[in-house]
Amino acid sequence: MATLDAPRIVSSRRDMADSFTWVRYLETGGYNALRKALSMFPEDVAAQVDAASLLGRGGAGFPAGRKWSMLRRSAISYLVVNGDESEPATFKDHYLVERDPHQLVEGVIIAAYALQVTQAFIFLRGEFALGLERVQQALNDAYAHGALGSKIFGSDFSLDVVVHPGAGAYICGEETSLLESLEGKRGFPRIKPPFFPAVTGLYGEPTVVNNVETMSNLPWIINNGGAAFAALGAGRSTGTRLFALAGNVKNPGVFELEMVKNTFRDIIFDPALGGGLAEGRSLKAFIPGGVSAPWFGPDQLDTPLGQDEVGALGSMLGSGSIVVMDDASCVVRATWRITKFFSRESCGQCTPCREGSGWIERVMYRLEHGGGRMEDLDLLLDLCDNIAPGLSWPPQQTTICVLGPSIPSSVHSALSMFRDDFVAHVNHGGCPHA
Amino acid sequence: MPDASRTKVNITVDGRSVEAAPGELLITAAERAGTYIPRFCYHPRMEPVGMCRMCLVEVDGPRGATLQPACYLKVADGMNVTTTSDKVKKAQDGVLEFLLANHPLDCPVCDKGGECPLQDQTLAHGSGETRFAEEKRHFVKPVEIGELVLLDRERCIQCARCTRFASEVAGEAQIAFAGRGDLIEVAPSPTQPFDSFFSGNTVQICPVGALTAKPYRFSARPWDLEQVESTCTTCAVGCRVAVQSSGNRLTRVLGVDSEPVNHGWLCDKGRFTLDSVDGHEHDTDVLSAQSRITQPLVRRGGELTPVSWGVALAEAARLLHEAGDASAIGAIGGATLTNEGAFAWERFLRGAIGTENLDAQFGDGLDPVLLQTLPLATIDEAAAASVVLTLTGDLREELPVLFLRLREGFAHQGHALVELSSGPSALRPLARHVLSVRPGEAPTLARALVSGRLPVGTLVGESELADARALIGDGTGVVIVVGRANLAEDQRIVDEAVSILAHGLPGATFLVALRRANVRGALDMGLGPRLRPGRGFDPVASGRDTPAQLRAMVSGTQRVTIVLGGCLLGNVVDQELASAALASSKVIAVTGHGGATLAHADVVLPASVQHERTGTVTNLEGRVTAVAPKVGAPGSAWPDVAIAAELALAWGQDLGLGSVELCAQAIEETTGYAALSVLQDQAFDGVVMGREVTPVARHAMDPMAFPGIRSTKTAGLAESTGATTLLDASTTATTRGAAKDDVHLDKVDVPLADAYALRLVLVRRLYDRGIAMQGSPALGALISTTSLSVHPRDLDHLGLASGARVKVRARAGDFEIGVVTDETVLRGTCVAPFGTLDETGADVVARMIDASSPVTQLRLETQ
Amino acid sequence: MSHFRTDIRQRAEELVALYPRKRSAMLPLLHLAQEHDGYLSDEGIAEVAALTDTTPADVRGTASFYDMFHLEPVGQYVVGVCTNIACLLAGGEELLEHASRTLDCAVGATSSDEMFTLEETECLADCNLAPCVQVNHRYVRTTTPASFDAMIADLRDGRLDHEVPSHGTLIRVKRQGGLRVAKDEIAAERAQALAARTARADAAAAAAAAQEKK
Ligand SMILES: Cc1cc2nc3c(=O)[nH]c(=O)nc-3n(C[C@H](O)[C@H](O)[C@H](O)COP(=O)(O)O)c2cc1C
Ligand code: SF4
Ligand code: FES
Repeated sequence: MATLDAPRIVSSRRDMADSFTWVRYLETGGYNALRKALSMFPEDVAAQVDAASLLGRGGAGFPAGRKWSMLRRSAISYLVVNGDESEPATFKDHYLVERDPHQLVEGVIIAAYALQVTQAFIFLRGEFALGLERVQQALNDAYAHGALGSKIFGSDFSLDVVVHPGAGAYICGEETSLLESLEGKRGFPRIKPPFFPAVTGLYGEPTVVNNVETMSNLPWIINNGGAAFAALGAGRSTGTRLFALAGNVKNPGVFELEMVKNTFRDIIFDPALGGGLAEGRSLKAFIPGGVSAPWFGPDQLDTPLGQDEVGALGSMLGSGSIVVMDDASCVVRATWRITKFFSRESCGQCTPCREGSGWIERVMYRLEHGGGRMEDLDLLLDLCDNIAPGLSWPPQQTTICVLGPSIPSSVHSALSMFRDDFVAHVNHGGCPHA
Repeated sequence: MPDASRTKVNITVDGRSVEAAPGELLITAAERAGTYIPRFCYHPRMEPVGMCRMCLVEVDGPRGATLQPACYLKVADGMNVTTTSDKVKKAQDGVLEFLLANHPLDCPVCDKGGECPLQDQTLAHGSGETRFAEEKRHFVKPVEIGELVLLDRERCIQCARCTRFASEVAGEAQIAFAGRGDLIEVAPSPTQPFDSFFSGNTVQICPVGALTAKPYRFSARPWDLEQVESTCTTCAVGCRVAVQSSGNRLTRVLGVDSEPVNHGWLCDKGRFTLDSVDGHEHDTDVLSAQSRITQPLVRRGGELTPVSWGVALAEAARLLHEAGDASAIGAIGGATLTNEGAFAWERFLRGAIGTENLDAQFGDGLDPVLLQTLPLATIDEAAAASVVLTLTGDLREELPVLFLRLREGFAHQGHALVELSSGPSALRPLARHVLSVRPGEAPTLARALVSGRLPVGTLVGESELADARALIGDGTGVVIVVGRANLAEDQRIVDEAVSILAHGLPGATFLVALRRANVRGALDMGLGPRLRPGRGFDPVASGRDTPAQLRAMVSGTQRVTIVLGGCLLGNVVDQELASAALASSKVIAVTGHGGATLAHADVVLPASVQHERTGTVTNLEGRVTAVAPKVGAPGSAWPDVAIAAELALAWGQDLGLGSVELCAQAIEETTGYAALSVLQDQAFDGVVMGREVTPVARHAMDPMAFPGIRSTKTAGLAESTGATTLLDASTTATTRGAAKDDVHLDKVDVPLADAYALRLVLVRRLYDRGIAMQGSPALGALISTTSLSVHPRDLDHLGLASGARVKVRARAGDFEIGVVTDETVLRGTCVAPFGTLDETGADVVARMIDASSPVTQLRLETQ
Repeated sequence: MSHFRTDIRQRAEELVALYPRKRSAMLPLLHLAQEHDGYLSDEGIAEVAALTDTTPADVRGTASFYDMFHLEPVGQYVVGVCTNIACLLAGGEELLEHASRTLDCAVGATSSDEMFTLEETECLADCNLAPCVQVNHRYVRTTTPASFDAMIADLRDGRLDHEVPSHGTLIRVKRQGGLRVAKDEIAAERAQALAARTARADAAAAAAAAQEKK
């Protein structure tokens, strides 16, 4: 049975139809946290976030407090919020920007205050037309009520926040690519080092990049204290997290669950959550953290939903998306579609990712649609190896960013777990299910 | 951040200890130590991007050894690098295989075949068979992306060298990556083709056959090409070039990576006008210059008639004798000669005949005595200066590669540019301060810069002036680039401004932006009134400069004039005077190209031109380098040295300068000018006169960075040539180097501005109607046409519309011209290009200029 | 001369002013150009190049990186059907095929009446309602062939006009508010705040050191 008694930290207004309005937000305690934060020293606000041990919710899971204090003594110039959410089957930030934009905005102001930046950007994926409008409205409301702009709530702190629409490119979720995009360029990820935008970010200046969900946690943390947040979850995975459940489950959706206290089995099968698979179907495989992550099978169902717990088994919690595949689905087809995604979304900078993604996709296409050859299976693995040498996890890379090394995840997983299905495709001259 | 306090760090490459400079890129540190790491996108003259991933090597780090791009990684003390492990080999082989996956197999019909870095890598490391069984990527085969460049997107390996060159080096992103993933392609805008002056560089650095140059395409196979290293003499920058031919036909010019000069870059004019040289008869499909003079001509019965050399020389000698007095003889031109040629002519004209009427400039330069007194900067020093002041024309139009060298400092190194200017400038967007002056006002502003006192009525504000002065100080560390921004402005105005700056900013050094090829060398060899070979000067002598000679021709005091190269009519601003002068004097033309001047010539002596001759030239910074012949001259054209020597013999004196070597030897022996030493050490970057000579070893040229260039010499002049400003003491006892006090400039009175008129700014265009352009089938179509640019508000004021034809009231009469608006034009002025024709083929520019006034004022009216 | 209508031009200038550097306004400006013309016309691109101090080739190259920008004219409605993993498992490919039949145009093409352009999209982040469909980047939440056809009919008859503006219009909420004080004043404020923070940190460190001594 799932453990569902934890407080709802970021989705407390999920059952309210007008959750996105200024009025509803104020009535449900909105902007108390900001007033409280403004009465504290900025470094004390940051200390609360540090104490909460809030791990970034964008995918890499880096502690927000650590990121903020990386350059303890020098000034951060910009805060950039990553709302590009494009990892397939991830839709939790979508929920947050459309349904609770004020919570996001309040979180951004709190973070900006803690970091003492006066300019923040909220980068939202362009396909969130409604979300863009809701966040812009939330900002307008905040400006109108003195929660944003000059001398916020009569304090000495001033802040300008700009919503920046993306325009349809998955790679712009990668933080350095996002910054390039925000500088008005093609979204080519920047080569590392420097490894962190905190050192060289927007316009080459120190910049903090955080995910929408990471920001949305801040009002609660300030209201309740970092310790209360850290008391939830276990180990490095504290607080709650939004999980996006999709694929072959009865009840797909976004669920806020306490970290570590629940397992994949809980979220997929609990009637209050995923509700299990369709009648008569059984679980074939699931992807635990976005299509960049290596797959799990039924044997890993009892793994707790915690960053290190999943990491220990060779995959990642990543963007918080779980995709369920039942025994009727074709893993070759699923893998092909994922490789097609990467091939379309590779930025095209590095040779292994640009050429490898296209090549792998075309081989996968043949396997699924006819024309596959037995030697393709080894070829696939070797091409994957040329992008992520050793095919280990976390991956090594021959590329600039980790989009490239994410390509092998599904190919390698599917081939290791379901080699027979691939062989059947070769022998059958295409998908036997089709 | 490289640790500035350390000058060396130690790294380990494949177990060997290697010394490197802090902050140096791993790829270059390893290369110097003899470990060549394969690469494609890396280019030593551009910022690394680490995109192609060919240069992956293993580097030890906190998480064990990881694959890192050597082209991007900076060395750090103690870094341990492995370049030969199985893991590295697999990664590099993998990248190569990926690059070849979509690459067409059309090497046999590809221009790059035989000199292609991708092909070379594949032969060296490729597996020989392909595992890629899919359909390759398809694009429409070559598309014309500009007048001179074609793009085959199927061959492109997305290294971004071309797009980076365009945006980073040239500063004009006329081509850019488009698309994403494996559909990424290089593309211009459909509304704006790739029409940069520098487009040929992208072809040169493309590591595959994706970019090809229209003039060179299919004209030769790399293995048939022979090469010499030489110096481009299209303008005074003197870029080092590799000149290649197939048999006796010039096929290609490539930029050599000369550290002090051009960094491997060329402008398209220098690169592609080689077809103006080619005067040989070829198959009909070959571009071939129509303009070459291939045999001696003498005017008989009004017609220029081919004759033998003997007859032509005798006729020329007769004309010189008949002139009577030496002062009735003069010579104009000389900038197209080599130093040796210039010296031989100087010895003949001044030494033998005894005339002082010599001038290599056409009244469009600067006072040569003033030039001798300026403390000079090199191109490198100007490029490295943290503050540069310019009082010159648009460098992109006039001296394109100097523009590139300077631009780098302003665009990427935070150097400050202060422009003192009345004309257009491609550097303007990068300028820290623009001090706008109306034509005629430069001396006023120069004085204000020096003194801080701003007279009323200038266009510059007090605070602007103060800011600029704060940057410039007393000029220490500042390089001042001087030239002629406005040919409709009297030379003496600019001379005065330069002289004020030279006196008032004692710490500053000067880079003289004279445009014509070897004008500096010709002046150094004494081709100017009162000058002497070896940068000498005779304070008691007197002679005529070009404007004075032209007037003397008209008045009949100068009866015989030798025109040395170039086209007199195309270069003298006062065209009316020039035509009248040529019509009134006997003219002996010594030239390799035809031109309007020949219509007035009595004797024409055909000369060899660039890429056909040997010798030395001196660029605008005073650098002496060698030029080398790649092909023989067509017909019976002779080298300049030989023409001077033979004419002297026919006239009655043996100069003893019968060969280039003898001339070079005489130059060096009598003046210390490094002609012979440079000539004998041809393939080096040369020496700057007036500087101590330090031997600089050149890096071996990496075929990945400069595909197509055969090996070039990597070491040159090893010892000092000693003092370099000795004088030819034999001429007169008074000869010496000029000092500041020797400069005597005439003051000119600039008329008051006419409120109803616009002052003309007459500028140079790279693609003008000069001889090289006119003679070049490849570039000829690009020659600019004339139009008048006016500030939109001035046009408004006059009640005129853009694009309309207007009536211009000029001193020579009224004429019509099309006007265009341009916000960058200074209010109260109008800009027109010199040396161009309007769309009807008329040279209206010549009629605009008011030669009687130091500035030209024009009134515009509706028709 | 501006290619944009006066109101669009004004919004464009406001956008440029929002960012520390002009070029940062590139994406919002391109959206705006698309709102103006329905796609990115050569004139729109030239205007964006001028507004951002870049070149047309650069703007075009940048725009072509992003799926939402169309360099060729598209229909009034761009219909996107997702076939990525969650939607694939829910029949996205089949819905896309159905859409192609209903609209009588190939994927990637525009219907003959120029009303619809059909696209196969990557994940649109609405996977609980798979297969996911967007029209002009508005979720229309229609997952079956029948509801798809009904939605198209609604679009044709203008019943969805309030929800789905014509292609190109992205954000209809105008930005209001901003900083009322000059940026340099804010910079001064911020420098002061940072100095105060540093002073507090130093004092705390000194106090801790003193404590230790005791
Ligand atoms: C290919 C790729 C795509 C990514 N997409 C997103 C995204 O859509 N949203 C996001 O917040 N982070 C994304 N990330 C992670 C970001 O780079 C970055 O780690 C994150 O925004 C930091 O915020 P956080 O610390 O709050 O998680 C992506 C990373 C990669 C490599
Ligand atoms: S790995 Fe792929 S997406 Fe990442 S920078 Fe390289 S080419 Fe672009
Ligand atoms: S990545 Fe280093 S040479 Fe291309």
